[in-house]
Amino acid sequence: MTDINILRVKKWRMTGIFVVIIGLLYGSSVLTKFNLVEGIESIPGTFAWMVANLIPSAESLENLPRVLESLWETIILSMLVTTTAAIFALLFALMGAKTTQVSHTFGFIVRFIASVFRNIPVVAWALVLVISFGHNVITGYFALFFSTFGILVRMFIETIDETSSDGVEALTSTGASYFQMVFRGVIPDTLPQMLSWVFYMIETNIRSATLVGILTGTGIGFLFDMYYKRMDYGMLGLITIAIVIIVMAIEFSSNYVRRAIS
Amino acid sequence: MQVISLMQGVKQKNNRIQIKLMTKSSLVMRIVLWSLGAFTLMGPFLLNYGTVDWGTAVSLTLNNLKMMFLQPAFNQITFTGTLIQISITLALALLATVLGAIIAFFLAIFSAKNLAPAWLSNVIIAANSFVRAVPTVLWVLIFAIVAGLGAVACVIGMIFHTVAYLTKAFAESFEELDEGTIEALRASGANWWHIIFGAVVPQSSSYIVSWTFLRFESNYGVAVAMGAAAAAGGIGFDLFMSSSFYYDLHEVGMITYCALIVAIILELISIRIKKKLMAQN
Repeated sequence: MTDINILRVKKWRMTGIFVVIIGLLYGSSVLTKFNLVEGIESIPGTFAWMVANLIPSAESLENLPRVLESLWETIILSMLVTTTAAIFALLFALMGAKTTQVSHTFGFIVRFIASVFRNIPVVAWALVLVISFGHNVITGYFALFFSTFGILVRMFIETIDETSSDGVEALTSTGASYFQMVFRGVIPDTLPQMLSWVFYMIETNIRSATLVGILTGTGIGFLFDMYYKRMDYGMLGLITIAIVIIVMAIEFSSNYVRRAIS
Repeated sequence: MQVISLMQGVKQKNNRIQIKLMTKSSLVMRIVLWSLGAFTLMGPFLLNYGTVDWGTAVSLTLNNLKMMFLQPAFNQITFTGTLIQISITLALALLATVLGAIIAFFLAIFSAKNLAPAWLSNVIIAANSFVRAVPTVLWVLIFAIVAGLGAVACVIGMIFHTVAYLTKAFAESFEELDEGTIEALRASGANWWHIIFGAVVPQSSSYIVSWTFLRFESNYGVAVAMGAAAAAGGIGFDLFMSSSFYYDLHEVGMITYCALIVAIILELISIRIKKKLMAQN
């Protein structure tokens, strides 16, 4: 095939892909009754509304202690979920990664379990657990724990496989045992990368904790939902601002740590 | 004694040579690890559990999980109904991802440090981190106040996050572009748009595709959540109804299985795309 033909085939393929995507988009908007024009029109309206209504009034500022208390609860929850999930995820990742796995079948099973955990939506966990644990922090803890665990196992496995194969080879050739290889080779090599995933998950979990809170009636999510239903928009503004400040602060500090350790 | 004199200048501790050196990064890492560890031990005492009867709750949960995963069944909705609801969820995710990716592409051009002026890129980065700091569900609920609950609020709310996330990812891949290529093009008289479509897009197209698909995968999960928390339709809403209104865990299990299978298929596709693109590079 000549070069011109390759280009022509490529061009046709690109056009085909575009047509398919546009067709899918059109089908999706018909199916969901989504109207792009309506959507674009609603954006300026919403921002105007946010500026006009979401400014916390003096009255809502009196509720600040309550907001901070829920926020504190949410922060603790998301950090605790992430650190405990990271410990379990590390053990599972060591068993699942190609470089460190003990047996093939076992590694496959571990990866499959992790895949199931992360692909069941957090919502499903929250909705099931809320029936037995009630409107309680525990519900949120487990719901977030399962998905965080699943995601971290995947990320840790990728990290181990990508960064540590050379070191492992060098160590095994000097006659190191399995545990020496793991504790002297794999973990020191991959720790900075793993920690940065842990920080990333803390950030993500604060946002997901809001969602889980709406469903399980705990933390800042519950507070938001309550004032949303009461249409107390001053309080909504206050809560939103509080969440924004916290997420940004955590993002900032985790960026700092990430830069310092890598 | 002779041995020791040979080892002058070598750091020792308890008569053993110190192999590990304390640098700033290892110090920070040690502090971070210790504080995370201490927090993990302390954290459980900082939460207010209210009154949970652990014994009953755990056995109830196990029972619920058994009903959910071992005896799934359709009661309120049918199999076809579930398929339609799942395709609505997928459609919501697709709309948010594709529209978001298009917007993110243009924003990323203006926020990549090597393509745009510094002030513009800083403005976009700051706006992005604000958008990302507000959880998706809050964006959807806020949009719902003006636009009404439904697909419009859901998609627009999800687009906000998608744009913020993808802009960062795209801009990073644009910044990896070789400075020499840009210079060469500029020297040959190419204008700014020529540089974008002649060098930037072809070089980073594989990254763009794989990041976009990764986002599609996570937007599917978000769309399920929005159905439940913001009543935006799709499979999430059915999940919410069958668990919180009908307390029908058999159906929750069935819906979860369906949602899970779709999610795993998406993940497998995404891994395959990533592998293929990596092989190309």
